[in-house]
Formats: sequence, structure tokens, C-alpha cells
Amino acid sequence: MKALCWEGVNKLAVERVPDPQILNDQDAILKVTLTTTCGSDLHLINGFIPTMQAGDVMGHEFMGEIVDVGPGVRRRKVGERVVVCSFIGCGRCWYCTHDLWSLCDNSNPNWALARDTLGFEIGGVYAYSHALGGFRGSHSEYVRIPFADYGTFPVPDAVGDMDALYASDAAPTGWMGAHLGGVKPGDVVAVWGAGGVGQMAARAAQLLGAERVIVIDRLPDRLAMAERYMGTETIDYSRVDVLDELHECTGGRGPDVCIEAVGMEATGAPDGQYAYDRVKQQLHMQQERPIAVREAIYACRKGGSVFVLGVFGGLVDKFPLGVLMNKGLTFAGAQQHGHRYIPMLLKRMANGELSTRQLATHEMTLDEAPRGYDMFKHKKDACVRVAFRPHA
Amino acid sequence: MMTSVLRTACRRIGRGAMSAGAASRGGIAAVQATNMKRVAGGLGLLAAGLGAGRWIVSRAQTMREPAPKNRWIMVTINCSPQRLSSRADMPEPITRLGDAVDLKISPAPGDRGTELGARLRELPRTKIAGMVARRPEEDPRRMVEEALRQAKSLIETGEVLRPDWPPSAHGAQGAKLLEFADRRGGRL
Repeated sequence: MKALCWEGVNKLAVERVPDPQILNDQDAILKVTLTTTCGSDLHLINGFIPTMQAGDVMGHEFMGEIVDVGPGVRRRKVGERVVVCSFIGCGRCWYCTHDLWSLCDNSNPNWALARDTLGFEIGGVYAYSHALGGFRGSHSEYVRIPFADYGTFPVPDAVGDMDALYASDAAPTGWMGAHLGGVKPGDVVAVWGAGGVGQMAARAAQLLGAERVIVIDRLPDRLAMAERYMGTETIDYSRVDVLDELHECTGGRGPDVCIEAVGMEATGAPDGQYAYDRVKQQLHMQQERPIAVREAIYACRKGGSVFVLGVFGGLVDKFPLGVLMNKGLTFAGAQQHGHRYIPMLLKRMANGELSTRQLATHEMTLDEAPRGYDMFKHKKDACVRVAFRPHA
Repeated sequence: MMTSVLRTACRRIGRGAMSAGAASRGGIAAVQATNMKRVAGGLGLLAAGLGAGRWIVSRAQTMREPAPKNRWIMVTINCSPQRLSSRADMPEPITRLGDAVDLKISPAPGDRGTELGARLRELPRTKIAGMVARRPEEDPRRMVEEALRQAKSLIETGEVLRPDWPPSAHGAQGAKLLEFADRRGGRL
């Protein structure tokens, strides 16, 4: 079958790869109907995530039709239209049973490699390095789904494919940031990053009762999208000082909840932070550029909450721990516990509360995927996400 | 030994000071005084260095006990302790280890299930043997840990998840190289 493969830093190619097979009784095989780019893919493409290997199939946010199931699959059947959570959860370990699905104990067969590389192991995820399981990704015609009873979610008839697609990762990740960040009615919430996850976090904050939501980015098209589809306030960090702006517009308090949806490759900062982080990153003296995290900590009101949704992999420098401690902030982060939120999100999509299809600014065939990633990476043509149709 | 070195240094500084005092008239005395300052400064630094070295050594000796060579390898399984009440209840990955390991089972705190531990009865005899066995599948402790994790997965889910195979579109050889490099690369 055809698949989009990682071939090295900044090298992607469509190749022929072996068809997936049922390797465990609880596996299913999915015919991928839609699969999308994600900002965290750029960390793989740019070479910031270790244990990638030439020939790895990309893609972790997807939906499709079940075409085969193993003998241990009880709740799914061939022909169902499902969305698949990007993280793989067994559903029965302590973490899964406590809704901490991305920390699953049983879904990462390369746990030893994860421990050697990261110092600990988390759950498996599609196409996100061998340390996180080495599973083949969804930018392919078919994909194997382990623990299919738990990781696949039937899509209601009222929900279109393009909405359901983003219930795989962007929507639950964003929702988790607002939910675990503790957004309450009346809160002021600031979201760093107006990509797919940031926009979903902003919408989740609204649905959880936030009185004001402020989205921060530098790309006018994305800020305009946040204003148009969600009615949020926006800050263009390339034009104004974010801390001053937030200070002023929150009566000098700062936002109650700050959600970071940027990750390890943050760009732009007025005071030279970007150049400092970039140099250290290029010299392998640190892995991350945590500009947005630092800013969120400085901006947050005393006693507020900062939640990190962006992907980070290792060590950071110049982390304002003293600010965090002395302001009494609650600081947390997680990979997405999607299984916890996806059924609820699909219901909200079905009743019209949540729309995600606008994130797919571009649609392409799988053959066009390298060009799609080039557009996505360089934000060409106001690209927010590219959705691929492998069978088109 | 370090005390005697310090004593000797102090004596020399004292003697130097006395002789500098006796020859305190004229230009020679000024030169001697400068030299003495250098000697005293150098000895002071030496003493400080020796003191710091001794402090570091003594701290290292007192702060950390030598690591036990044969720790228990533990997993926590999301099941009741009754599920694992005897060796006969253990899944195949544990029974396969036979008498090579001791086992211990205890309830985990709160709702966290059951702690299952295994410990090798005999370790590789020499450090060299341990160093040679760098491949995970050749490391006895890693084998025990693998068995514990497989047992946990079987009890909790009924299966042990298999990785996709071949691990990439380019086959298995690249993966071996990657694992080899990673084992020697250390963590991030």
C-alpha cells in the first residue's frame, strides 16, 4: 500500500510499504478515509524527536472504516465508521481506568527504549517515534489499530467526516487543556498558539464557561479564524507586548488560566529569547524553545493555572521556577487523554456546539502529502491543517 | 596525612614570616616580603584545595550507601492480591522463570492494585560479564523485568501487545542500528 514516510530530517516521501496485519487478537484494521497534519509532526520532520527511523510511516490524527477485526475485538465490527484516538490505551491498566489514557502501561511495546531515551515510559502513539511504540502511522491507505475496542469511537451519523477527523487529537487535546487547566465559569483564559489545538482549547474554554478567551499568535489568518469561528479576542505577539497587553486587559491581574499550545519550536520573542533558545537548541545544549511557557508563567494571575499542551521532549533552560512558586501557580501538562473526551466531543459535534472542519484549510491526496507538509510547515496560503484522502 | 601536610605548610609560613621580620631593613627585605606573600598565597590555595578535596571525598563516602546489587524488580498490576495469591496463579512469563527468581506479592496502597516483585537468585558473577551482556535480551535483570511486564499485561488485558513488524518501511536492520545507537547514547 501507499504511505507517507519519514526519510530523515526534512525528508518525506510517498512509498510502498507492507499492508498492516492483525498481530494481536484485540487489533482491528482500518481503511483510512481522512488523516491530517498536526503541528507536533513538525518536531519529527525537523529532527527534534529522537528514535525516528527512515521509513517510518507518518500520521497520528485520523478516521476511517473498520475492514477487519481480530477474534478478541468485542465492541467493533467491520464496516463501522470510526475516529481513532492518536494515543493507544489498553483500557484496563490503572492509568486507563483512571482516565489517564496517554500514560497507559500496556500500549508501548518499546517501553525499554522509552525508558532509555526519556527516563520513563508513556503509552504508545501512532507514528511518533520508536520510543513511543514505533507504530505505523495513518498517512497510509490502511493502519493497524491495537486495543480496537478502546481506541476507536463510532461517529454519529450527524457528524461529517471532516469534523470527526479532529476528534482524533486536536479537539480532545484542546479540551483537556481547558478541563485539566481548571477553567471555570467567569474565568479569563489565555491560549498561546492559534493552530488546531490552540483553537480547540479556546473553544473548550468557552464551552466550560470562560467569560473571556484571548488567543495569542503572530499569524493573521489564524487569529482571524479564532475571531471568526469562536469570537475570541486575539493578540498578535509580533505587534504588541503580550505581557503588557494581558496585564492591561485583565485589570492588572493576568489571566486565570493560561494554556500553552505551541510546543518545543516556539518562534519570536521581543527580548532575544528566541535567538538564545535557537542557538542552544542547534548546539544540542537544550532540546526545547519554551518561549510560550515562560510567557504564560509570567502572565498568569497569582494563584492561577498554567497548562502545557505543546509537545516537549527534554530539558529547558531559563525556566522561571521562582515566578511559578512565588505566584502560587498550578502548573501541569499532559499528552492527550483522548479516550476520556472523544465520545463527549462527538456528541457536541452532533448537536452543533463544536465545529472543527474549518481547521482543514486544505485537502489533498496522499501523493501530494510532501507538498502538503511543506505548505503546513511554512504556513503558506494561510494553511492551518492539511487533510489527506489516501483513497482519493 | 592531610593534617600533617597542613601543619608543615603552616610551619613554613611561620618560618618565612620570622625571617622576613629579621631582614626588614633595606630593599632586599621588600623583595623577600613580596616573595613571602606569593608563597603564603600559594600555600593557602593548596590548603583550601586539599580541604575541599577531603570534604568532597568524605561527603561522597557518607552521603550514599553502595547500591544493592540485586534489587527487587517491581510492577504494579491493576488486580486484587487474591488474583496472585500463589505461584500457580502466575501467568506463563513468570512461571517460565522457574526457580531463577524469588517472588513477592503485596497489596498496593489505595486502589492501585497489587505489587508484584521478582529478584534473581543469582547474579552474573563479574562486572565484566554484566558489561558484555549489553543487549537487553541478554541482560538477566532486563529479562525478569520483561517477564513481569508481560505478566502484568496478560493479567490486565489478556494479551501482550506486539510492535508493528517490520518496524519501518525499510525493514528491521535499521531498527537494530537505531536501538544499538540508543543504548549507547544515554537519555536526553
